[in-house]
Amino acid sequence: MAILVNKETRVLVQGITGREGAFHSRLMVEYGTKIVAGVTPGRGGQSVDGIPVFDSVEEAIAAVGPVDVSVLFVPAPFAADAILEALDAGIKGMVIITEGIPVQDMLKVTRAFEVAGPDHWFIGPNCPGIITPGQCKIGIMPAQVFLPGPIGVISRSGTLTYEVVAQLTRAGLGQSTCVGIGGDPIVGLDFVEVLRLFHQDPETEAVVLIGEIGGTDEEEAADYIRREMKKPVVAFVAGKTAPEGKRMGHAGAIIMGRMGTAQSKIDAFTAAGVPVAEMPDQIPHLVQKALRQ
Amino acid sequence: MKVHEYQAKALFAQHQIPIPRGQVANSPEEARLIATDLGFPVAIKAQVLVGGRGKAGGIQIASGPEEAFQAAERILSMRIKGLPVEKVLVEEALPISTEFYLGLIVDRSLERTVLMASALGGVDIEEVALTQPDAIAKVPVDPFLGLCDFQIRACARKIRISPDLLTPFVAIARNLYALFAKADATLAEINPLVLTKDGRLIAADAKLLLDDSALYRQKAIAQWREEVEEDPLEREAHQKGLAYVRLQGEVGIIGNGAGLTMTTLDAVQRAGAQPANFLDIGGGARADVVREGLTLILKDPQVKGIFINIFGGITRCDEVAKGILQALEGVDLAVPCVVRLTGTREEEGRRLLEGTPLIWAPTMEDGAQKIAELVKK
Repeated sequence: MAILVNKETRVLVQGITGREGAFHSRLMVEYGTKIVAGVTPGRGGQSVDGIPVFDSVEEAIAAVGPVDVSVLFVPAPFAADAILEALDAGIKGMVIITEGIPVQDMLKVTRAFEVAGPDHWFIGPNCPGIITPGQCKIGIMPAQVFLPGPIGVISRSGTLTYEVVAQLTRAGLGQSTCVGIGGDPIVGLDFVEVLRLFHQDPETEAVVLIGEIGGTDEEEAADYIRREMKKPVVAFVAGKTAPEGKRMGHAGAIIMGRMGTAQSKIDAFTAAGVPVAEMPDQIPHLVQKALRQ
Repeated sequence: MKVHEYQAKALFAQHQIPIPRGQVANSPEEARLIATDLGFPVAIKAQVLVGGRGKAGGIQIASGPEEAFQAAERILSMRIKGLPVEKVLVEEALPISTEFYLGLIVDRSLERTVLMASALGGVDIEEVALTQPDAIAKVPVDPFLGLCDFQIRACARKIRISPDLLTPFVAIARNLYALFAKADATLAEINPLVLTKDGRLIAADAKLLLDDSALYRQKAIAQWREEVEEDPLEREAHQKGLAYVRLQGEVGIIGNGAGLTMTTLDAVQRAGAQPANFLDIGGGARADVVREGLTLILKDPQVKGIFINIFGGITRCDEVAKGILQALEGVDLAVPCVVRLTGTREEEGRRLLEGTPLIWAPTMEDGAQKIAELVKK
């Protein structure tokens, strides 16, 4: 049922006493997410909306019991340390909302997760989070646009995901799980890894993939879909008008020389038999068509 | 962040990477003095933060004081890809026997720093990667262990570095990685790494890119930051911290979130107009940021219309609408402006904009159509 998170998932919030952390913790609880504790070093003993706050992840787990996923609102300079702390305390899943974490910090985090083993995963950084509609929201996305259903959604973007999901919902196409993998050059779960999870999930019938310029993650996804994916995928790629050598908002959204253009990604999907929407409003129709076939 | 060759070389020297003897000059006279001091021939190299200076004539060899003066004078009066050359690096011209390539880059798909080496130095390495991928030796670096000597030796063997050069080659690669890690670089390149006729390995060129997200802990290097955008509007945007990129079209665009803003540009082009810019005001939609963005876009003389596309999300639409109206106070809106706002309390947001010069659009695609038609009138 769905992927990575559901109504049983026990969630810890790192950086819970900050403005964003406190605000979004409240919204997550309202949605029904099981937030069991928060951590801010130096703020142990306080509480945020009744959620107990601890000085360390270790203390939090000792007091409230096991945690499945930690969501991080920790400021960029301290984020990598907070991630490694959660990993060391035995947490297997992490959602990193923070934007602007240094690349070399993320290289260390990525390597630490590799060493920890394949049952460990993280999403982000610089991402909106993950939501299994009707069950569990871990992140900052607006809950009202989501609807439970059979469509998996993966995206490198935040607001563009909400845009696409709102259109799916309006067309009656609910979502199994929506994953915002993040707009940074170095991210945790990538398109291929999330596609594989959707491929194995009995409740997901089709997948919408929202890519953008920069890197080769979309090309690798197209290759995976061509080789292994049996469920239909519909793609969209943002940035057809983006010039070479300019960062388009996201740290990872940059065309370098001939690398990372929207056209290269669209060509890769087309070659893999994946329908590519020209505009987001065509996505629901393409999904319905793919589901009928 | 980019740094100049002379700055990168100063960091190389601090990390025991051999560089040619040389010094920076701000004037032809200074170049002549430095060159005379070094002895001839010398290389005079434009210091400018864009690629392709060689092809633009920004590197010249001088064999006497007068030639050095004249070469520096020519180069210091150049603009390369729009940027004025303000400094030249005057260096001993190396007696070249062979040229190698040595570089470290962050590989996005491997999620590792990768050491790359090639015997085909002095040419465009991206071209080599495309046409002769086998000519490049690559090895991924474990961020906790660092670059190990055996990995460097493996690269050296693959590109057939002669055994007597192995010790200096390993030292240079090891020191380059130390610098790369310490300076929070995302790219460090020596192209070419020159083997001189008298058997020394020297970094003839130096390229270094630093991670913008890490500048807060690289204070000394961050002081070197200089504005590289020639476009005055991009300069102003950067000073204000706006994620703005100027383009060639006639429709000014404001969106929230990178992906949605890029898609808004694409939508405008698809509707038959051209975007004048990319401006992402971030995930929320704060009134002061909208205002700064609008003010900036209206300074672009090419802009014949504006399209604001906001996905409200957690911020309510009526709040965003109030923000846009506040932003417009005191702004002379001489061009049509289409607003698309969606999210919670959309209806209240729409009503707030009634009776104002702003044109409401229910969807991004419809908004793009409307603004494309308006700018054609």
